[in-house]
Amino acid sequence: MHSEKDYLTRVEGHGTIDIKVKNGRIEKAEWQVVETPRFFEAMMVDKHFDEVSLIVSRICGICSIAHVTTSIRATERAFGVAVSEKTEIFRRILMNAETIQSHILHLYFLALPDFLKAGSIFPIIAKNRNAAEIALRLKKLANDMCDVVGGRNTHPMTMIVGGFTRFPSKENILILRKSLDNSVSDLIETSKIFMSFKIPVFERETEFVSLKGIKNYPWIGGELVSSDGVLKNENDYKSMTNEFMADWSTSKLAKLSRGSFAVGALARINNNFNLLHPKARKICDNFKLRPVCYNPFMNNIAQLAECFHVVYETIELLDKALDFDLSPEKVEVKPKKGKGVGAVEAPRGILYHCNEYNEKGRIVHSDFIIPTGQNHANIREDLNKLVKDYSKKGYPDKEIELLCQMLVRSYDPCISCSVH
Amino acid sequence: MQYLGVDLVKPKAAFFDFSSCEGCQLQIANNESNLLDFISLMEVINFREILTGGKDDYEIAFIEGSITRDDEINRVKNIREKTKILVAFGTCACFGGINKLKNKFNDIEWVKKEVYGNYPVETNDKVLAIDEVVKVDFYIYGCPVNKPEVEAIVQSIALGREFRYLKHPVCFRCKEKQNICLYELGKICMGPLTRAGCGARCPSNGNSCIGCRGPAAEPNIEFMKKIMKKNGFTERQIRDKFELFSAFKWEK
Repeated sequence: MHSEKDYLTRVEGHGTIDIKVKNGRIEKAEWQVVETPRFFEAMMVDKHFDEVSLIVSRICGICSIAHVTTSIRATERAFGVAVSEKTEIFRRILMNAETIQSHILHLYFLALPDFLKAGSIFPIIAKNRNAAEIALRLKKLANDMCDVVGGRNTHPMTMIVGGFTRFPSKENILILRKSLDNSVSDLIETSKIFMSFKIPVFERETEFVSLKGIKNYPWIGGELVSSDGVLKNENDYKSMTNEFMADWSTSKLAKLSRGSFAVGALARINNNFNLLHPKARKICDNFKLRPVCYNPFMNNIAQLAECFHVVYETIELLDKALDFDLSPEKVEVKPKKGKGVGAVEAPRGILYHCNEYNEKGRIVHSDFIIPTGQNHANIREDLNKLVKDYSKKGYPDKEIELLCQMLVRSYDPCISCSVH
Repeated sequence: MQYLGVDLVKPKAAFFDFSSCEGCQLQIANNESNLLDFISLMEVINFREILTGGKDDYEIAFIEGSITRDDEINRVKNIREKTKILVAFGTCACFGGINKLKNKFNDIEWVKKEVYGNYPVETNDKVLAIDEVVKVDFYIYGCPVNKPEVEAIVQSIALGREFRYLKHPVCFRCKEKQNICLYELGKICMGPLTRAGCGARCPSNGNSCIGCRGPAAEPNIEFMKKIMKKNGFTERQIRDKFELFSAFKWEK
């Protein structure tokens, strides 16, 4: 059994790093996932489609919007429901809000203390009030977006199968638009802060999996792609993930062309670099982030670049939204027997839900594959190589230990979500 | 910080997560406009999700999540021994929450098999709320918790004042907001039974109350079931609502 002190800090959920180096030789360099399973797939059985997205939103408190969006997409595809452009636009806005919220939380609260050699954000608040205030302003903006569009900043409830129970007022849209305009200067400050950090030098060639954009940077649905050249249909998600179990993890794991692969901001950028907003690409240039980038620590920078992308994209979407009549809207939903798959890009990577219904619209079987579950095997392989590389360079144990923690954090793992 | 002109000793607080989505802990970081003041109320010395180097001499322990495995039983007992005040933080901790949906199946082997196939995994037969394992001093309801309410409760703990839980149901707040009753719109709603404190957030956004905050002080459950039936909802639909967050007992 692990004690409270063993768990890795500043990550979501319970995992431990177990490393043993003896006389310069690695005996063990392991990432262990010890989170308690909650058995969501079983809990869903017999649940009515009305409640399905509400329940699965509780898989994760940080990416609940992604879970609701994926779940609703899976249900709509099972029933053959097509929604309006207005609904699609507001779903994207909500997803973008969550991406900013999650990335900013990660960048400032979880990752930044390592670069400033602090144990948490608290001493940074005391010493560098300016950085803390930027973080809080950006987080507030994202939370306000979630509130205004989703009804709440965690576990949104306005987004339902077929549409929305409520759309924001034009007045609120204009307020959000203005806040987004103002947030650009805070993002620029954030990139200056991260420019002053030394990103650890480490590379391990791996496979990256994400949605494939056609005209736009991808967030909701479409084809699945890997940097090793695998291209699959959304419905074919199982052959993209090939889940398996191992004795070191209570989360299921995934593999594709090799023993492991990575999903997340870096995977998205590696696979869709040309579709990033030019100003987000500029940020990548500043940090010399070029596809294919094999340094997992650069995932933090990929998140930062995505924040820029998402802000510009949301401004465009809000402008479009202003043209619509904003009274509530829901297309007719008639349940039928069948199975539907949804794939979206959650902040931490590609997320799949598959809902199989009976003719009454109750779940017969469901399957959820979570981004961090797909990353665990890759994190473990990275850790192994990192310890080897840095032991060879003669780094002291303490520094290697910190680098290992930073490496796991750079993936922004959402462990309770991955075990679900 | 001062209260009535006297310097206060900040209570040492710790946050722990058990089986949950960690969404309630996330709420601590929200409400950004007064976050810095809120944090100054306590000395947070243990909070794995955002803080490295946690310490054990805490006086208040906030517990998020429910109990699903033996190691969690031991962990929460250990925390109970160390802390003066134990707060069940959020619906999973208070009632077991959505995790207790698993308890509706009597065959735990089927549950395991449905998710993990034949691969061996460890889980207890029944999910438990925190007070089914150790004594709880304060409850903060909600899925997720409502930050202004968290702030009010934490303030009263820090200042040693009594906190008065709202006794009335969500329905009262919903009426205040002049929402059209969801029963008038043909929808089922738990608002008349559920404890207020969320500002009737779901009904105000055009959605039914899903009962995440548990029962109000004196809910007339049997009578409400009759009204639900009278409005055309089947026993199954009513049970779905009662079961969702495990806060309402379904006896039939």
